[in-house]
Amino acid sequence: MMNIPCPFCGPRNEAEFAFGGPVKPDRPDPNMVSEEEWAAYLTQVPNPLGPVQERWWHVKGCGTWLTIWRDTRTHDIVVRPADAS
Amino acid sequence: MHRYSAAALLRHGINRHTTWPRAWRCPPLRDSYDVIIVGAGGHGLSTAYHLAKDHGITNVAVLERGWLGGGNIARNTVTIRSNYMRDASIPFYVKSVALYEGLTKALNFNMMHSKRTMVDVVQTYPKMRELRRRQLTMDIYGSTYEQISERELRRRIPALTGGGPDARLPITGGMVHTDAGVNRHDAVAWGYARAIDAMGIEIHQQTAVESLVRGADGRIAGVQTKRGLVRAPKVAVAVSGHTTTLTETVGLKLPLRTMNLTAFVSEPVKPLVDVIVNCPDAGFYFSQSDKGEMVVGGAPDMGQSFRRDIKQHVFEDTVTAMLSLFPSFKKLKLLRQWGGHLDIAHDASPIMDQTDVPGLFITAGWWGGYKAIPAGGLTLAHLVATGKSHDLMSKFTLKRFRHLDYVMETGTTTAR
Repeated sequence: MMNIPCPFCGPRNEAEFAFGGPVKPDRPDPNMVSEEEWAAYLTQVPNPLGPVQERWWHVKGCGTWLTIWRDTRTHDIVVRPADAS
Repeated sequence: MHRYSAAALLRHGINRHTTWPRAWRCPPLRDSYDVIIVGAGGHGLSTAYHLAKDHGITNVAVLERGWLGGGNIARNTVTIRSNYMRDASIPFYVKSVALYEGLTKALNFNMMHSKRTMVDVVQTYPKMRELRRRQLTMDIYGSTYEQISERELRRRIPALTGGGPDARLPITGGMVHTDAGVNRHDAVAWGYARAIDAMGIEIHQQTAVESLVRGADGRIAGVQTKRGLVRAPKVAVAVSGHTTTLTETVGLKLPLRTMNLTAFVSEPVKPLVDVIVNCPDAGFYFSQSDKGEMVVGGAPDMGQSFRRDIKQHVFEDTVTAMLSLFPSFKKLKLLRQWGGHLDIAHDASPIMDQTDVPGLFITAGWWGGYKAIPAGGLTLAHLVATGKSHDLMSKFTLKRFRHLDYVMETGTTTAR
């Protein structure tokens, strides 16, 4: 069970949160990038065996959105890796 | 292959069962093969079987990180069905269900196949409309789906005593899928393994593949295992949740996310429910195994996950949902829980294709891939052997993402 740190409520049980998906790069202008880049933006998400940056919504709490780094192997909330883009 | 039969049982019985031969060999690992299959799970073994049987390709090694029958083939709920939404999906699963029904004979191994029907318990009108819509498409391809009333639903499943008029979500009706069944997952792994071994294919357990290896020409050259480099001009990756982990070793990105889907079983009880019960609105499904255990599955963990255990609140949510419809299950003791990681593609349909690395094939994106094992192997073997897509899988390509031509099964699985 994760204790997700909410900036307003402190660490809260993950059952109070809804998952918002991994953080994606900014949406490119489809007219400015190649078709491959556009399709990749739409369909590919990071799927690391390790830390992933993602959005969570404190829907059963204060309602804020927040961003955490979570290790996909253990579900531990971790600090931002040094080599993260 | 040593045929299993009543006569063999008698013969070996006289010898106190000390004379049964090994079901498959443990040959030494060679340094090159015609085809390497990464992963001796259901799809890997079935692909090897059809490579040998349909195409005569037997210089094949199936490499397995753990042990035979220890991966996702042992981490599912053995539900075999074909009630999908899309024109590309239904014929594929109809074929798979038909192949499963003939598998006991084909492999000379008792699959304990039990074609027991799946019944959907529907509690909202939008879900009923969606399933009615599926029915129309399924009619075209010879799969069966039929609407029944709440009264008929309760007649067929006497244990279903919740969901009455005062419930938060009263039952509105049901759907019946008579093609659905269950079988024995170990038998599927062992039956395929024994059959491919008899045709000369090698299975290497405890042989983890660490990375894929490309040649100077850019083609796939082989795989690096913890037991050394093994070369092959064709490599098929059938590793479920770890597909991207492996393909990223040759710089290949795929539209896949890895999720953890969990299940648990109760203590064995007397026969109580003879169909597979699926409750899409409540968010769980179960069937009673031949041993009498209730095998229960629910929703996946939120977010990507490479864990293989259940989360307490996912477990509690599933149990709460189950007790709302089956209050008598409150007395059941639960015995075991487990999880399996699987990857889901962007449109929730599988991917079986040759990748941008020539000679490298993947079979991935299986959400409920257990039911797809026979047809998945049949079609992937066709692609690996001939270089051409089998008709049944011609839509499940990687190219569809490039053209944004999705086979949208999102919503027909338990994926959140």
